Amino acid sequence: MGPDDLDLQCLGVSKSFGSVKAVQDISLDIASGSFFSILGPSGCGKTTLMRMIAGFEEPSAGDIRIKGRSVLEVPPNRRNVKMVFQHLALFPMMNVYENIAYGLRCQRMGKEEIRRKVHDVLDRIALPDVAGREIHQLSGGQKQRIAIARCMVLDPDVLLLDEPLGALDLKLREAMKIELKLLQHQFNTTFVYITHDQSEALVMSDRVAVMNNGRFEQVGAPQELYHRPATAFVAGFVGDSNRWSGRVQSVDGAALEVATEGGLPVKCTAANDGTLAKGDRVELFVRPEFISIDRGSQTSGLSGIVDSLLFNGANSRALVRTDSEELVEADITLTGGTDDIRPGERVSLTWAPENALCFAAAGKAA
Amino acid sequence: MNRRDARRLALILLFMPFALWIALLILLPHIGMGVLSLREKVGPRQYEFGFGNYIDFAQEPIYWNTLLRTGSMSLLVTALALIIGFPIAYYIAKIAGRRSRGALFLLCLVPLWVSDLIRAYGWILLLRETGIISGALQYVGLVSQPVEMLYNDAAVIVGLVYTVMLFMIVPLTSTLDGMDDAMIEAGYNLGGNGFTVLRRIIIPYAMPGIVSGCIIVFMLTAGSYLTPVLLGGKNSSWFTETIYEQFITRYNWEAGAAFGFLLLAFTSLVVWLGLRLSGQSLTSTVARS
Repeated sequence: MGPDDLDLQCLGVSKSFGSVKAVQDISLDIASGSFFSILGPSGCGKTTLMRMIAGFEEPSAGDIRIKGRSVLEVPPNRRNVKMVFQHLALFPMMNVYENIAYGLRCQRMGKEEIRRKVHDVLDRIALPDVAGREIHQLSGGQKQRIAIARCMVLDPDVLLLDEPLGALDLKLREAMKIELKLLQHQFNTTFVYITHDQSEALVMSDRVAVMNNGRFEQVGAPQELYHRPATAFVAGFVGDSNRWSGRVQSVDGAALEVATEGGLPVKCTAANDGTLAKGDRVELFVRPEFISIDRGSQTSGLSGIVDSLLFNGANSRALVRTDSEELVEADITLTGGTDDIRPGERVSLTWAPENALCFAAAGKAA
Repeated sequence: MNRRDARRLALILLFMPFALWIALLILLPHIGMGVLSLREKVGPRQYEFGFGNYIDFAQEPIYWNTLLRTGSMSLLVTALALIIGFPIAYYIAKIAGRRSRGALFLLCLVPLWVSDLIRAYGWILLLRETGIISGALQYVGLVSQPVEMLYNDAAVIVGLVYTVMLFMIVPLTSTLDGMDDAMIEAGYNLGGNGFTVLRRIIIPYAMPGIVSGCIIVFMLTAGSYLTPVLLGGKNSSWFTETIYEQFITRYNWEAGAAFGFLLLAFTSLVVWLGLRLSGQSLTSTVARS
């Protein structure tokens, strides 16, 4: 993949505000036409990174390239990178048509061509009849689409989206996730999507970068992040996990035996092969869906008592209190029948060692 | 007495001071003035109903010239206050940090702690023939003899702009403060340059504040008396002076009342025109801020 196929490149980009290092040495390549997400908790520097790409902040170090050309010297209004803001920032004193036409007018395009383009883009977002409406007359989802259309009408190289779904209610957010993905396919433009919501990132993206404390922890396809997290942070942040800290008891290649702080002996797999030794402090992650629950005590695995059930249709969970007083979450199927597991029952929990991932505990995190 | 009556009574009592103020100090005097302005003097202590006072005004060019002059100079003051006040308000609302914002606002307020009269004398101290500016110019050698900078239109306009500046800055700042910074950034992001963003986004967004500030400033200026008299002297010919003259010097209350109404009608007309031209309404501007 040569640089011609890359819409956006960041090369060692850093940004400090005084003594605070908001973004540290970030490098990324985003291929043309892909949906790229930057996922991280609030305050991890993802918004700063996006503002640097858009040109509202200047990097302290590093280079940003769009279509292979450095844009550091290009002011924000000349970069062909458009941005959908967190609260959309639609202009309330203009109607829908004028909002979309604004960018085209800035390019000094002819009236007829503007009219054609605006109606064309409204057709493509499936809102052909709203041109004359005022912004406050639109629903949340419509505003969202207008904000995207306002950028897409300018045919940008890259579209940046800064948590645009944050203000929507849950139901609409779910619908918009699918819609965004479809819009991206339709326009075939590179989307860079910023979010703290891991499900948004996993559902929509071709590739995701997980960001923490101004650095990328891991960049990869959603499946890769979920099943083969590179760091303890990624394992804990992407998806749900049971998390224990403990000490390595024995090492056999990648297979480890770890005793948790509560005294639980657990068989598990080292995530980064071969770097752990006996006696090392580790963090241990097991996803709830890999834990199987069975009635009664068995010789292998953990045993405990069901503390409570969290019913959520197909995603129901059981909270099990183990004999060493730790709570473990495990996915279960509740059919509503009589043989469902009930609170107070004694159960055993088992999982395959390869589904329990071990990471060396960071010195400061321990 | 049940609870509903009690609540109604509380409401009436709360509303009473305002109602009394409007009725006794605004409505009643204006009705009295209205009646007064429609009395024609036909002989000593003899009056008749008629429009004579208004007709006198229309027939005497010096009167309506003074009114037009007051109006146009007030518009000039309003425009100057807007041009000077907008960048200040923009700086306070958008560029200054949270902490310095309060201090800057306070700085704008400080002149109001001193009475109008003292402030006008402050300007006199600066601008008169033996004043500070004249003295400084002589000291530097730019002029060879004292210069009189008082008692001309420029002095009146400078003094008025200074007096009303705050009333322009406050509504502008509060409207600009409500504007999401992302909107300005979006303006740039979509390809607008600084001028486009100002003209197409910031000014339209701030329009209610601009109009409301302009209305307040225009009304205050057109109705001001002290500053034009002190800084403009006898030749300032401000319309309020004409009214004062009718009431106090000539003891012609009938004409004075008529002039007062004409000033009210004239300023109302200008404000109405301004609202029509800017596409705003009173409720969207003055009532909002």
